[in-house]
Amino acid sequence: MTTLKQTPLNAAHRAMGAKMVDFGGWDMPVNYGSQIDEHHQVRNDCGMFDVCHMRVVDAKGDGVRAFLRYLLANNADKLATPGRALYSAMLCPEGGVIDDLIIYFMSEQWFRIVVNAGTADKDIAWMKQQAAQHAPQLSITSRDDLAMVAVQGPNARAKVWQVLPQTRKATEGLINFQAADCGEYFVARTGYTGEDGFEVMLPKEKVETFWYELNKAGVKPIGLGARDTLRLEAGMNLYGQDMDESISPLEAGMAWTVDLNSERDFIGKAALLANPPTRKLVGLVLLDRGVLRGHQKVVTAQGEGEITSGSFSPTLEKSIALARVPSGVQVGDTVQVAIRDKMLAAQVVKYPFARNGKGLLNV
Amino acid sequence: MSNPSNLKYTASHEWVRVEADGTVSVGITHHAQDLLGDMVFVESPAVGRKLKAGEECAVVESVKAAADVYAPIAGTVTAANSELDGAPEKINEDPYAAWMFRMAPDNVTDLNGLMDAVAYQAHVDSEAH
Repeated sequence: MTTLKQTPLNAAHRAMGAKMVDFGGWDMPVNYGSQIDEHHQVRNDCGMFDVCHMRVVDAKGDGVRAFLRYLLANNADKLATPGRALYSAMLCPEGGVIDDLIIYFMSEQWFRIVVNAGTADKDIAWMKQQAAQHAPQLSITSRDDLAMVAVQGPNARAKVWQVLPQTRKATEGLINFQAADCGEYFVARTGYTGEDGFEVMLPKEKVETFWYELNKAGVKPIGLGARDTLRLEAGMNLYGQDMDESISPLEAGMAWTVDLNSERDFIGKAALLANPPTRKLVGLVLLDRGVLRGHQKVVTAQGEGEITSGSFSPTLEKSIALARVPSGVQVGDTVQVAIRDKMLAAQVVKYPFARNGKGLLNV
Repeated sequence: MSNPSNLKYTASHEWVRVEADGTVSVGITHHAQDLLGDMVFVESPAVGRKLKAGEECAVVESVKAAADVYAPIAGTVTAANSELDGAPEKINEDPYAAWMFRMAPDNVTDLNGLMDAVAYQAHVDSEAH
Protein backbone atom coordinates (compact mmCIF):
# COMPACT_ATOMS: atom_id res chain seq x y z
CA MET A 1 0.00 0.00 0.00
CA THR A 2 1.31 3.41 -0.91
CA THR A 3 1.08 6.21 1.60
CA LEU A 4 -1.23 9.01 0.58
CA LYS A 5 0.10 12.55 0.58
CA GLN A 6 -1.46 14.89 3.11
CA THR A 7 -2.04 18.62 3.02
CA PRO A 8 -1.38 20.69 6.17
CA LEU A 9 -5.17 20.68 6.73
CA ASN A 10 -5.48 16.89 7.01
CA ALA A 11 -6.03 16.88 10.77
CA ALA A 12 -8.54 19.74 10.47
CA HIS A 13 -10.60 17.80 7.92
CA ARG A 14 -10.76 14.78 10.19
CA ALA A 15 -11.67 16.96 13.16
CA MET A 16 -14.50 18.48 11.09
CA GLY A 17 -15.92 15.06 10.26
CA ALA A 18 -14.75 14.76 6.66
CA LYS A 19 -15.05 11.57 4.69
CA MET A 20 -11.56 11.19 3.22
CA VAL A 21 -10.74 9.65 -0.16
CA ASP A 22 -7.69 8.95 -2.29
CA PHE A 23 -7.69 11.77 -4.83
CA GLY A 24 -4.79 11.21 -7.22
CA GLY A 25 -2.54 10.08 -4.40
CA TRP A 26 -3.73 12.76 -1.94
CA ASP A 27 -5.78 12.02 1.15
CA MET A 28 -8.55 14.60 0.62
CA PRO A 29 -12.04 15.36 1.98
CA VAL A 30 -14.84 14.32 -0.40
CA ASN A 31 -17.53 15.75 1.89
CA TYR A 32 -18.22 16.64 5.50
CA GLY A 33 -21.80 15.32 5.43
CA SER A 34 -24.07 16.10 2.50
CA GLN A 35 -22.35 16.98 -0.76
CA ILE A 36 -25.54 18.59 -2.07
CA ASP A 37 -25.84 20.84 1.00
CA GLU A 38 -22.21 21.88 0.53
CA HIS A 39 -22.90 22.71 -3.11
CA HIS A 40 -25.84 24.99 -2.20
CA GLN A 41 -23.80 26.50 0.62
CA VAL A 42 -21.29 27.83 -1.92
CA ARG A 43 -23.91 29.03 -4.43
CA ASN A 44 -25.95 30.81 -1.73
CA ASP A 45 -23.48 31.92 0.95
CA CYS A 46 -19.86 30.77 0.97
CA GLY A 47 -17.62 27.84 1.66
CA MET A 48 -13.91 27.04 1.84
CA PHE A 49 -11.87 24.46 -0.03
CA ASP A 50 -8.53 22.93 0.80
CA VAL A 51 -6.60 23.32 -2.46
CA CYS A 52 -3.16 22.91 -0.90
CA HIS A 53 -2.56 19.96 -3.23
CA MET A 54 -2.43 22.35 -6.17
CA ARG A 55 1.01 23.78 -6.88
CA VAL A 56 2.19 27.37 -6.97
CA VAL A 57 5.13 28.01 -9.28
CA ASP A 58 7.02 31.29 -9.50
CA ALA A 59 8.74 32.20 -12.75
CA LYS A 60 11.20 35.03 -12.16
CA GLY A 61 13.80 36.92 -14.10
CA ASP A 62 14.36 39.10 -17.16
CA GLY A 63 12.23 38.12 -20.12
CA VAL A 64 9.69 36.05 -18.19
CA ARG A 65 6.83 37.46 -20.27
CA ALA A 66 8.52 36.54 -23.53
CA PHE A 67 9.09 33.02 -22.23
CA LEU A 68 5.42 32.57 -21.26
CA ARG A 69 4.37 34.02 -24.63
CA TYR A 70 6.11 31.01 -26.20
CA LEU A 71 5.28 28.42 -23.51
CA LEU A 72 1.49 28.94 -23.36
CA ALA A 73 -1.38 28.80 -25.85
CA ASN A 74 -3.00 31.93 -24.46
CA ASN A 75 -1.12 35.18 -24.94
CA ALA A 76 0.67 36.58 -21.90
CA ASP A 77 0.60 39.95 -23.67
CA LYS A 78 -3.08 40.21 -22.73
CA LEU A 79 -1.86 40.96 -19.19
CA ALA A 80 -1.13 44.69 -19.00
CA THR A 81 -1.99 45.59 -15.41
CA PRO A 82 0.00 44.11 -12.52
CA GLY A 83 -2.02 41.49 -10.68
CA ARG A 84 -4.10 40.51 -13.69
CA ALA A 85 -4.53 36.79 -14.29
CA LEU A 86 -5.02 34.67 -17.38
CA TYR A 87 -6.32 31.14 -17.87
CA SER A 88 -4.32 29.15 -20.39
CA ALA A 89 -3.51 25.73 -21.72
CA MET A 90 0.10 24.58 -21.83
CA LEU A 91 0.46 22.42 -24.93
CA CYS A 92 2.87 19.75 -26.03
CA PRO A 93 4.39 20.15 -29.53
CA GLU A 94 1.76 17.70 -30.87
CA GLY A 95 -0.97 20.12 -29.73
CA GLY A 96 -2.37 18.16 -26.76
CA VAL A 97 -2.94 19.73 -23.38
CA ILE A 98 -0.14 19.17 -20.83
CA ASP A 99 -2.15 21.12 -18.26
CA ASP A 100 -4.52 24.03 -17.82
CA LEU A 101 -3.32 26.71 -15.48
CA ILE A 102 -3.63 30.30 -14.32
CA ILE A 103 -0.82 32.81 -14.64
CA TYR A 104 -0.69 36.00 -12.57
CA PHE A 105 1.32 38.93 -13.91
CA MET A 106 2.97 40.53 -10.88
CA SER A 107 5.84 42.39 -12.58
CA GLU A 108 8.06 42.09 -15.65
CA GLN A 109 10.36 40.09 -13.37
CA TRP A 110 7.74 37.85 -11.78
CA PHE A 111 4.79 35.78 -13.01
CA ARG A 112 3.08 33.37 -10.64
CA ILE A 113 1.62 30.16 -12.10
CA VAL A 114 -0.87 27.82 -10.41
CA VAL A 115 -1.07 24.31 -11.83
CA ASN A 116 -3.08 21.16 -11.12
CA ALA A 117 -2.01 18.74 -8.39
CA GLY A 118 -1.79 15.60 -10.50
CA THR A 119 0.28 17.23 -13.23
CA ALA A 120 2.49 19.51 -11.11
CA ASP A 121 5.74 17.52 -11.31
CA LYS A 122 5.37 16.93 -15.03
CA ASP A 123 4.50 20.61 -15.61
CA ILE A 124 7.49 21.91 -13.70
CA ALA A 125 9.86 19.52 -15.47
CA TRP A 126 8.48 20.74 -18.81
CA MET A 127 8.73 24.41 -17.85
CA LYS A 128 12.31 23.93 -16.69
CA GLN A 129 13.26 22.05 -19.82
CA GLN A 130 11.79 24.78 -22.02
CA ALA A 131 13.37 27.52 -19.92
CA ALA A 132 16.77 25.84 -20.17
CA GLN A 133 16.49 26.05 -23.97
CA HIS A 134 14.80 29.38 -24.47
CA ALA A 135 15.31 31.46 -21.33
CA PRO A 136 18.11 30.01 -19.20
CA GLN A 137 18.27 33.21 -17.12
CA LEU A 138 14.86 32.46 -15.55
CA SER A 139 14.28 30.74 -12.25
CA ILE A 140 11.30 28.37 -12.12
CA THR A 141 10.53 27.64 -8.47
CA SER A 142 7.94 25.25 -7.07
CA ARG A 143 6.59 27.02 -3.98
CA ASP A 144 6.28 23.98 -1.75
CA ASP A 145 6.36 26.36 1.21
CA LEU A 146 2.93 27.75 0.28
CA ALA A 147 -0.57 26.50 1.04
CA MET A 148 -3.75 27.51 -0.74
CA VAL A 149 -7.35 27.86 0.38
CA ALA A 150 -10.25 28.83 -1.93
CA VAL A 151 -13.07 30.79 -0.29
CA GLN A 152 -15.99 30.90 -2.70
CA GLY A 153 -19.55 32.20 -2.76
CA PRO A 154 -21.36 35.55 -2.72
CA ASN A 155 -20.21 36.27 0.86
CA ALA A 156 -16.70 34.89 0.47
CA ARG A 157 -14.77 38.13 0.14
CA ALA A 158 -16.41 39.71 3.16
CA LYS A 159 -15.50 36.66 5.26
CA VAL A 160 -11.87 36.76 4.13
CA TRP A 161 -11.69 40.45 5.06
CA GLN A 162 -13.16 39.65 8.46
CA VAL A 163 -10.37 37.15 9.09
CA LEU A 164 -7.58 39.02 7.28
CA PRO A 165 -8.49 42.70 7.73
CA GLN A 166 -4.93 43.71 6.81
CA THR A 167 -5.54 42.50 3.22
CA ARG A 168 -8.74 44.44 2.70
CA LYS A 169 -7.29 47.66 1.39
CA ALA A 170 -5.18 45.92 -1.25
CA THR A 171 -7.91 43.50 -2.35
CA GLU A 172 -11.10 45.57 -2.25
CA GLY A 173 -10.53 46.94 -5.71
CA LEU A 174 -9.60 43.65 -7.35
CA ILE A 175 -11.67 42.77 -10.37
CA ASN A 176 -12.38 39.21 -11.42
CA PHE A 177 -9.10 37.51 -12.42
CA GLN A 178 -6.84 39.87 -10.53
CA ALA A 179 -4.60 39.27 -7.52
CA ALA A 180 -2.76 41.30 -4.89
CA ASP A 181 0.44 40.37 -3.15
CA CYS A 182 -0.17 41.31 0.48
CA GLY A 183 3.11 40.15 1.96
CA GLU A 184 2.48 36.76 3.53
CA TYR A 185 -0.91 36.53 1.90
CA PHE A 186 -1.36 36.41 -1.85
CA VAL A 187 -5.04 37.02 -2.54
CA ALA A 188 -6.56 36.33 -5.97
CA ARG A 189 -10.11 36.92 -7.11
CA THR A 190 -10.25 33.60 -8.92
CA GLY A 191 -11.84 30.22 -8.33
CA TYR A 192 -13.30 27.03 -9.71
CA THR A 193 -16.97 27.30 -8.76
CA GLY A 194 -18.59 29.98 -10.92
CA GLU A 195 -19.05 32.13 -7.82
CA ASP A 196 -17.30 35.23 -6.59
CA GLY A 197 -14.52 34.70 -4.09
CA PHE A 198 -10.84 34.54 -3.39
CA GLU A 199 -8.08 32.01 -3.64
CA VAL A 200 -5.60 32.74 -0.86
CA MET A 201 -1.99 31.55 -0.94
CA LEU A 202 -0.15 31.72 2.36
CA PRO A 203 2.72 30.11 4.28
CA LYS A 204 1.99 26.46 5.06
CA GLU A 205 2.45 26.92 8.78
CA LYS A 206 -0.33 29.55 8.86
CA VAL A 207 -2.97 27.68 6.92
CA GLU A 208 -4.51 25.67 9.73
CA THR A 209 -5.11 28.81 11.80
CA PHE A 210 -6.56 30.57 8.76
CA TRP A 211 -8.89 27.61 8.13
CA TYR A 212 -10.19 27.55 11.69
CA GLU A 213 -10.56 31.35 11.78
CA LEU A 214 -12.66 31.24 8.61
CA ASN A 215 -14.75 28.48 10.13
CA LYS A 216 -15.25 30.56 13.26
CA ALA A 217 -16.45 33.39 11.00
CA GLY A 218 -19.12 31.06 9.64
CA VAL A 219 -17.41 29.68 6.52
CA LYS A 220 -18.20 25.99 6.10
CA PRO A 221 -15.70 23.48 4.74
CA ILE A 222 -16.58 22.06 1.30
CA GLY A 223 -15.30 18.75 -0.05
CA LEU A 224 -14.10 17.67 -3.46
CA GLY A 225 -17.53 16.20 -4.24
CA ALA A 226 -19.22 19.60 -4.28
CA ARG A 227 -16.14 21.13 -5.91
CA ASP A 228 -16.75 18.84 -8.87
CA THR A 229 -20.48 19.62 -9.26
CA LEU A 230 -19.82 23.35 -8.82
CA ARG A 231 -17.15 23.44 -11.52
CA LEU A 232 -19.25 21.28 -13.84
CA GLU A 233 -22.25 23.61 -13.48
CA ALA A 234 -19.89 26.53 -14.11
CA GLY A 235 -18.73 24.82 -17.32
CA MET A 236 -15.12 24.57 -16.21
CA ASN A 237 -12.93 21.76 -17.51
CA LEU A 238 -11.31 19.18 -15.26
CA TYR A 239 -7.87 18.12 -16.41
CA GLY A 240 -7.60 14.38 -17.05
CA GLN A 241 -11.32 14.14 -17.65
CA ASP A 242 -12.30 16.79 -20.19
CA MET A 243 -8.86 17.06 -21.75
CA ASP A 244 -5.35 15.64 -21.56
CA GLU A 245 -2.25 15.32 -23.72
CA SER A 246 -4.15 13.40 -26.40
CA ILE A 247 -6.79 16.14 -26.82
CA SER A 248 -6.54 19.43 -28.70
CA PRO A 249 -7.74 22.44 -26.68
CA LEU A 250 -9.88 23.26 -29.73
CA GLU A 251 -11.82 20.04 -29.09
CA ALA A 252 -12.07 20.70 -25.36
CA GLY A 253 -14.03 23.96 -25.27
CA MET A 254 -10.82 25.94 -24.85
CA ALA A 255 -10.68 27.73 -28.22
CA TRP A 256 -11.38 31.02 -26.44
CA THR A 257 -8.09 30.63 -24.58
CA VAL A 258 -6.03 29.82 -27.66
CA ASP A 259 -4.71 32.77 -29.57
CA LEU A 260 -4.14 31.64 -33.16
CA ASN A 261 -4.56 35.04 -34.79
CA SER A 262 -1.44 36.85 -33.76
CA GLU A 263 1.99 36.39 -35.33
CA ARG A 264 3.20 34.96 -32.06
CA ASP A 265 4.61 31.41 -32.17
CA PHE A 266 3.95 29.10 -29.25
CA ILE A 267 4.49 25.44 -28.46
CA GLY A 268 1.77 23.40 -30.16
CA LYS A 269 0.65 26.16 -32.54
CA ALA A 270 1.84 24.44 -35.72
CA ALA A 271 0.06 21.23 -34.71
CA LEU A 272 -3.20 23.09 -34.03
CA LEU A 273 -3.05 24.82 -37.42
CA ALA A 274 -2.28 21.55 -39.18
CA ASN A 275 -5.14 19.68 -37.47
CA PRO A 276 -8.37 21.67 -37.51
CA PRO A 277 -10.88 20.36 -34.98
CA THR A 278 -13.46 17.76 -36.04
CA ARG A 279 -15.09 17.50 -32.62
CA LYS A 280 -16.19 19.98 -30.00
CA LEU A 281 -17.19 20.09 -26.37
CA VAL A 282 -20.91 20.73 -25.72
CA GLY A 283 -23.21 20.77 -22.75
CA LEU A 284 -25.87 18.09 -22.31
CA VAL A 285 -28.96 17.98 -20.15
CA LEU A 286 -30.61 14.60 -19.66
CA LEU A 287 -34.29 14.68 -20.60
CA ASP A 288 -35.04 11.16 -19.30
CA ARG A 289 -34.51 9.96 -15.74
CA GLY A 290 -30.99 8.89 -14.82
CA VAL A 291 -27.52 10.31 -14.32
CA LEU A 292 -24.99 11.19 -17.01
CA ARG A 293 -21.44 10.03 -16.23
CA GLY A 294 -18.02 10.29 -17.83
CA HIS A 295 -17.28 7.80 -20.67
CA GLN A 296 -20.92 7.17 -21.58
CA LYS A 297 -21.38 6.95 -25.34
CA VAL A 298 -23.31 9.75 -27.07
CA VAL A 299 -25.09 8.99 -30.36
CA THR A 300 -25.85 11.97 -32.62
CA ALA A 301 -27.06 12.37 -36.19
CA GLN A 302 -23.48 13.37 -37.08
CA GLY A 303 -21.82 10.37 -35.42
CA GLU A 304 -20.75 9.20 -32.01
CA GLY A 305 -19.26 11.13 -29.15
CA GLU A 306 -18.50 10.63 -25.50
CA ILE A 307 -19.34 12.24 -22.19
CA THR A 308 -16.20 13.63 -20.56
CA SER A 309 -17.77 14.81 -17.28
CA GLY A 310 -21.27 14.09 -16.06
CA SER A 311 -23.14 14.32 -12.78
CA PHE A 312 -26.28 15.54 -11.12
CA SER A 313 -26.65 19.32 -10.96
CA PRO A 314 -27.92 20.32 -7.51
CA THR A 315 -28.80 23.81 -8.80
CA LEU A 316 -30.87 22.60 -11.76
CA GLU A 317 -31.96 19.31 -10.16
CA LYS A 318 -31.22 17.61 -13.47
CA SER A 319 -28.37 15.55 -14.75
CA ILE A 320 -25.85 17.53 -16.81
CA ALA A 321 -22.67 16.72 -18.68
CA LEU A 322 -19.89 17.94 -20.90
CA ALA A 323 -19.50 15.76 -23.99
CA ARG A 324 -17.11 15.66 -26.92
CA VAL A 325 -19.17 15.23 -30.10
CA PRO A 326 -18.75 15.72 -33.87
CA SER A 327 -18.44 19.42 -34.78
CA GLY A 328 -21.74 19.44 -36.70
CA VAL A 329 -23.84 18.88 -33.56
CA GLN A 330 -25.78 22.04 -32.68
CA VAL A 331 -27.30 23.53 -29.55
CA GLY A 332 -30.91 22.38 -29.39
CA ASP A 333 -30.23 18.97 -30.95
CA THR A 334 -31.52 15.90 -29.15
CA VAL A 335 -28.97 13.11 -28.80
CA GLN A 336 -29.02 9.63 -27.26
CA VAL A 337 -26.79 8.59 -24.38
CA ALA A 338 -26.04 4.93 -23.61
CA ILE A 339 -26.65 4.41 -19.89
CA ARG A 340 -26.27 0.75 -18.94
CA ASP A 341 -28.65 -1.16 -21.26
CA LYS A 342 -30.72 1.87 -22.33
CA MET A 343 -30.48 4.76 -24.78
CA LEU A 344 -31.73 7.91 -23.06
CA ALA A 345 -32.51 11.30 -24.62
CA ALA A 346 -30.43 14.36 -23.83
CA GLN A 347 -30.50 17.87 -25.22
CA VAL A 348 -27.45 19.76 -26.42
CA VAL A 349 -27.24 23.08 -24.57
CA LYS A 350 -24.98 26.06 -24.16
CA TYR A 351 -22.93 25.99 -21.00
CA PRO A 352 -22.18 27.19 -18.25
CA PHE A 353 -25.20 25.59 -16.64
CA ALA A 354 -25.13 27.79 -13.54
CA ARG A 355 -23.16 30.71 -12.16
CA ASN A 356 -23.48 33.33 -9.45
CA GLY A 357 -26.16 31.45 -7.57
CA LYS A 358 -28.43 30.90 -10.55
CA GLY A 359 -29.23 28.20 -13.06
CA LEU A 360 -28.77 29.44 -16.63
CA LEU A 361 -30.68 26.77 -18.43
CA ASN A 362 -33.72 27.00 -20.63
CA VAL A 363 -34.76 23.44 -21.47
CA MET B 1 -26.93 3.96 13.01
CA SER B 2 -27.27 0.35 14.14
CA ASN B 3 -28.62 -2.29 11.83
CA PRO B 4 -32.10 -3.48 12.88
CA SER B 5 -31.99 -6.97 14.36
CA ASN B 6 -35.26 -8.05 12.68
CA LEU B 7 -33.73 -7.80 9.18
CA LYS B 8 -31.52 -10.08 7.12
CA TYR B 9 -28.49 -8.77 5.22
CA THR B 10 -26.36 -9.61 2.18
CA ALA B 11 -22.62 -9.22 1.67
CA SER B 12 -23.46 -6.73 -1.13
CA HIS B 13 -25.20 -4.45 1.42
CA GLU B 14 -28.89 -5.11 0.79
CA TRP B 15 -31.28 -5.54 3.70
CA VAL B 16 -34.28 -7.89 3.55
CA ARG B 17 -37.45 -7.77 5.63
CA VAL B 18 -40.13 -10.48 5.69
CA GLU B 19 -43.58 -8.92 5.42
CA ALA B 20 -46.84 -10.27 6.90
CA ASP B 21 -48.02 -11.41 3.47
CA GLY B 22 -44.96 -13.57 2.92
CA THR B 23 -43.26 -11.23 0.44
CA VAL B 24 -39.88 -9.70 1.29
CA SER B 25 -38.91 -6.04 1.03
CA VAL B 26 -35.41 -5.14 -0.15
CA GLY B 27 -33.43 -1.95 0.38
CA ILE B 28 -29.81 -0.88 0.84
CA THR B 29 -28.16 -0.61 4.21
CA HIS B 30 -27.12 2.44 6.16
CA HIS B 31 -23.51 1.56 5.43
CA ALA B 32 -24.19 1.43 1.66
CA GLN B 33 -25.97 4.79 1.55
CA ASP B 34 -23.26 6.32 3.70
CA LEU B 35 -20.57 5.19 1.27
CA LEU B 36 -22.49 6.46 -1.76
CA GLY B 37 -23.60 9.80 -0.32
CA ASP B 38 -26.53 11.93 -1.52
CA MET B 39 -28.88 9.80 -3.61
CA VAL B 40 -30.28 11.32 -6.79
CA PHE B 41 -31.69 8.41 -8.80
CA VAL B 42 -33.27 5.02 -8.17
CA GLU B 43 -34.25 2.42 -10.75
CA SER B 44 -36.24 -0.54 -9.45
CA PRO B 45 -36.92 -3.83 -11.27
CA ALA B 46 -40.16 -4.27 -13.20
CA VAL B 47 -43.02 -5.94 -11.37
CA GLY B 48 -43.32 -9.56 -12.50
CA ARG B 49 -39.63 -9.95 -13.26
CA LYS B 50 -38.16 -13.25 -12.10
CA LEU B 51 -34.85 -12.87 -10.32
CA LYS B 52 -32.07 -15.30 -9.51
CA ALA B 53 -30.21 -14.92 -6.24
CA GLY B 54 -27.36 -12.44 -6.74
CA GLU B 55 -28.75 -11.09 -10.02
CA GLU B 56 -28.29 -7.36 -10.74
CA CYS B 57 -31.81 -6.01 -10.61
CA ALA B 58 -31.82 -2.36 -9.52
CA VAL B 59 -29.61 0.70 -9.55
CA VAL B 60 -29.05 3.50 -7.09
CA GLU B 61 -27.09 6.58 -8.10
CA SER B 62 -25.68 9.22 -5.82
CA VAL B 63 -24.15 12.48 -7.00
CA LYS B 64 -20.86 10.64 -6.76
CA ALA B 65 -21.46 7.20 -8.26
CA ALA B 66 -23.81 4.52 -9.54
CA ALA B 67 -24.19 1.21 -7.71
CA ASP B 68 -25.97 -2.00 -8.62
CA VAL B 69 -28.43 -3.61 -6.27
CA TYR B 70 -28.61 -7.41 -6.28
CA ALA B 71 -31.49 -9.80 -5.63
CA PRO B 72 -30.84 -11.26 -2.17
CA ILE B 73 -32.64 -14.51 -2.98
CA ALA B 74 -34.50 -16.00 -5.96
CA GLY B 75 -38.08 -14.86 -6.50
CA THR B 76 -40.52 -12.72 -8.45
CA VAL B 77 -40.83 -8.95 -8.11
CA THR B 78 -44.27 -8.02 -6.73
CA ALA B 79 -43.89 -4.25 -6.17
CA ALA B 80 -41.54 -1.33 -6.64
CA ASN B 81 -41.47 1.68 -4.33
CA SER B 82 -42.43 4.49 -6.72
CA GLU B 83 -42.15 7.00 -3.88
CA LEU B 84 -38.39 6.87 -4.28
CA ASP B 85 -38.55 8.04 -7.91
CA GLY B 86 -39.29 11.60 -6.86
CA ALA B 87 -37.49 11.43 -3.52
CA PRO B 88 -34.38 9.23 -3.69
CA GLU B 89 -32.99 11.15 -0.69
CA LYS B 90 -35.32 9.06 1.50
CA ILE B 91 -32.68 6.33 1.21
CA ASN B 92 -30.21 8.63 2.96
CA GLU B 93 -32.71 9.86 5.50
CA ASP B 94 -34.03 6.48 6.62
CA PRO B 95 -32.44 3.58 4.74
CA TYR B 96 -34.40 0.89 6.60
CA ALA B 97 -37.76 2.48 5.81
CA ALA B 98 -36.92 3.20 2.17
CA TRP B 99 -37.58 -0.20 0.61
CA MET B 100 -36.82 -0.36 -3.12
CA PHE B 101 -38.78 -3.42 -4.23
CA ARG B 102 -40.69 -6.41 -2.89
CA MET B 103 -40.45 -9.97 -4.09
CA ALA B 104 -42.23 -13.29 -3.56
CA PRO B 105 -39.47 -15.76 -2.67
CA ASP B 106 -39.24 -18.98 -4.67
CA ASN B 107 -38.21 -20.71 -1.50
CA VAL B 108 -38.60 -18.94 1.82
CA THR B 109 -35.88 -21.03 3.46
CA ASP B 110 -33.36 -19.27 1.17
CA LEU B 111 -33.53 -16.46 3.72
CA ASN B 112 -31.62 -18.66 6.14
CA GLY B 113 -28.56 -18.23 3.94
CA LEU B 114 -28.46 -14.48 4.61
CA MET B 115 -26.64 -12.71 7.47
CA ASP B 116 -28.21 -11.44 10.66
CA ALA B 117 -27.42 -7.96 11.98
CA VAL B 118 -24.44 -9.10 14.05
CA ALA B 119 -22.85 -11.04 11.20
CA TYR B 120 -23.48 -8.13 8.82
CA GLN B 121 -21.81 -5.64 11.15
CA ALA B 122 -18.78 -7.93 11.35
CA HIS B 123 -18.76 -8.04 7.54
CA VAL B 124 -18.85 -4.21 7.32
CA ASP B 125 -16.05 -3.95 9.88
CA SER B 126 -13.94 -6.46 7.98
CA GLU B 127 -14.37 -4.50 4.72
CA ALA B 128 -13.18 -1.33 6.45
CA HIS B 129 -9.78 -2.86 7.24
